[in-house]
Amino acid sequence: MASRTIKVDYLSRVEGEAALKVVVRNGEVKSAALSIFEPPRFFEALLRGRAFSEAPDITARICGICPVAYQMSAVHAMEHALGISVGGQLRDLRRLLYCGEWIESHTLHVHMLHAPDFLGYDGAIDMARDHGEAVTRGLALKKVGNEIIALLGGREIHPINVRVGGFYRVPTRKDFARLAESLKRAREAALESVQWVASFDFPERVRDYTFVALRHPDEYPFNEGRIVSNRGLDIAAPEYDDHFEETHVAHTTALQSRLRGSGSYLVGPLARYNLNFDKLSPLAQQSAREAGLDAICTNPYRSIVVRAVEALYACDEALRIIDAYEEPDRPAVPLEPRAGVGFAATEAPRGLLYHRYRLEQDGSIAEARIIPPTSQNQQCIEEDLVSHIGGFLDLPDEALQHRCEQTVRNYDPCISCATHFLRLEIDRA
Amino acid sequence: MAADKPKPRLGVWKFASCDGCQLTLLDCEDELLDIAGALDIAYFPEATRGKISGRYDLSLVEGSITTPHDAERIRDVRRRSRKLITIGACATAGGIQSLRNFADIKEYAAIVYARPDYIQTLATSTAIADHVPVDFELRGCPISKHQLLEVISALLAGRKPVTPAHSVCIECKLRGNPCVMVAHGTPCLGPVTHAGCGAICPSYDRGCYGCYGPMESPNARSLSSWLADLGMDGRALQRVYRTFNANAPSFRTESERHGK
Repeated sequence: MASRTIKVDYLSRVEGEAALKVVVRNGEVKSAALSIFEPPRFFEALLRGRAFSEAPDITARICGICPVAYQMSAVHAMEHALGISVGGQLRDLRRLLYCGEWIESHTLHVHMLHAPDFLGYDGAIDMARDHGEAVTRGLALKKVGNEIIALLGGREIHPINVRVGGFYRVPTRKDFARLAESLKRAREAALESVQWVASFDFPERVRDYTFVALRHPDEYPFNEGRIVSNRGLDIAAPEYDDHFEETHVAHTTALQSRLRGSGSYLVGPLARYNLNFDKLSPLAQQSAREAGLDAICTNPYRSIVVRAVEALYACDEALRIIDAYEEPDRPAVPLEPRAGVGFAATEAPRGLLYHRYRLEQDGSIAEARIIPPTSQNQQCIEEDLVSHIGGFLDLPDEALQHRCEQTVRNYDPCISCATHFLRLEIDRA
Repeated sequence: MAADKPKPRLGVWKFASCDGCQLTLLDCEDELLDIAGALDIAYFPEATRGKISGRYDLSLVEGSITTPHDAERIRDVRRRSRKLITIGACATAGGIQSLRNFADIKEYAAIVYARPDYIQTLATSTAIADHVPVDFELRGCPISKHQLLEVISALLAGRKPVTPAHSVCIECKLRGNPCVMVAHGTPCLGPVTHAGCGAICPSYDRGCYGCYGPMESPNARSLSSWLADLGMDGRALQRVYRTFNANAPSFRTESERHGK
């Protein structure tokens, strides 16, 4: 075969707008480009001059799929700048809120966006005709994730109850009674989901990835921990800029995030799992093993199983937090504005989400930097296409196109978040 | 039953946005399969593969117009749509990204991008209704699930959607919330903000921040003097109107009175 170009003009079942171009020459994948044409919204520019306290609500609007992640990275970066720390029950409630988002977002991706690739459907709606039980179970599980966010955050999308220092209002123990019952059922559903996705056919494709995720001595990471890799990186969030860089890729205008001196890296469920398997709950570990996963997984197509395991963990962890919950004395830690710089990285469903803010004396934002997970994964996605699509080239165009899309969706890419790493292909020849 | 009668075709379209309002459709966990039974979900790329083709009986449009390409694309969507309904603050008022309308877009691009000369963008972020006729506007950042279901049901029944146009204050009264402004001196945009959320913020001991945008004929000038009495300075007053509905005319006008 001489020359073949696979183009997907509008990639579906991702959050946002992106296109894909894979060029094949003489039986080899020559290049792959994931281009993002989501219009820029200039968040880092419009945040300047806003009060520090506005960052959680404004940055939530970067992504309607993972607003909690933006709120969590924002509040932790601001608290770092203001020199306060939020502990005890307030810290646990933040963890609980994040559990809700992981359950909601992971289940959306596992059941509605990614499973159709494995089972050969255009989407969950037509998949429901033949796999009604699985789709219904997914919707029920997703709903419980949303119930956590709605109870604690006020609503599912763009929660209103998160503030720098804590919350506006904290729930009573009694408020959680009904949710705990739903969560017990959700945990059963999550277990079944792991078994369901484990039964899919996975292309045998592995690669020697650099995984980057948070790691905490006592827990599976959500909000806190050091940024570590499987190649010896071990830093605190304020050192992020010393180790990661945004570079111009030589032949394009792309800005991509890379590890200085070593190139691409992978963030998200696969990275978290590989770096933190020992911190999963016993139930999640056992279910992962039964699903055929080892403590290390380097096949990106199996990320759907890892996501299902993380959703199960989040149900388990949410129940643990609710069970131990005592209403705190106050909903938020008092704070005073001051000049300073704050850094934070938290684990969005799709991976590490880094925020940095510089504040003026009055607490207004002088400078903001936000590095979302999808822009960190973009290079890895393109490398996967070059590396993993090779064996599928004898497929007809349409089937090959599906395979390419599935490969991109391994990363659950959230294009709305990634726009400020906009890639434009401009041919000046 | 008219089994052979084709189901109305639904299209879900995205412009500059966070995807949250169209996610609201997928967040209708209990109703989604019924919706799929009543409507032909013909174009909804966030959820399913599919190509743009023919006409759509109902188009839900998320996001604002911020690029020359999108200004053209919305015309095509309008031509293809029998009913076009905007969902959310971006589509209805320009969204948070309309803060560029008060700034220098070149400076904005230079702050965010290494090569701002490669960025194709308009100097403004504007509502869908500034570009094409819109049949109905659903407010909120994000929209309410219940209101979305009401709009879809109304369309299927051929009636007008019931979405109250009063202020968030009324919703607080209906919920029996004590007024956060009167009881706690907490600044609140409830008196000028369009209903629809169910007064979530005051129910969580915080002031409304106006994410549903201005109600019809709001008296923002009067509210501003109350807010000033509570200690908000000019810059804070300007900011409070310049969030997710900054380009909605009455909020824009009121914000321009402050901060200088």
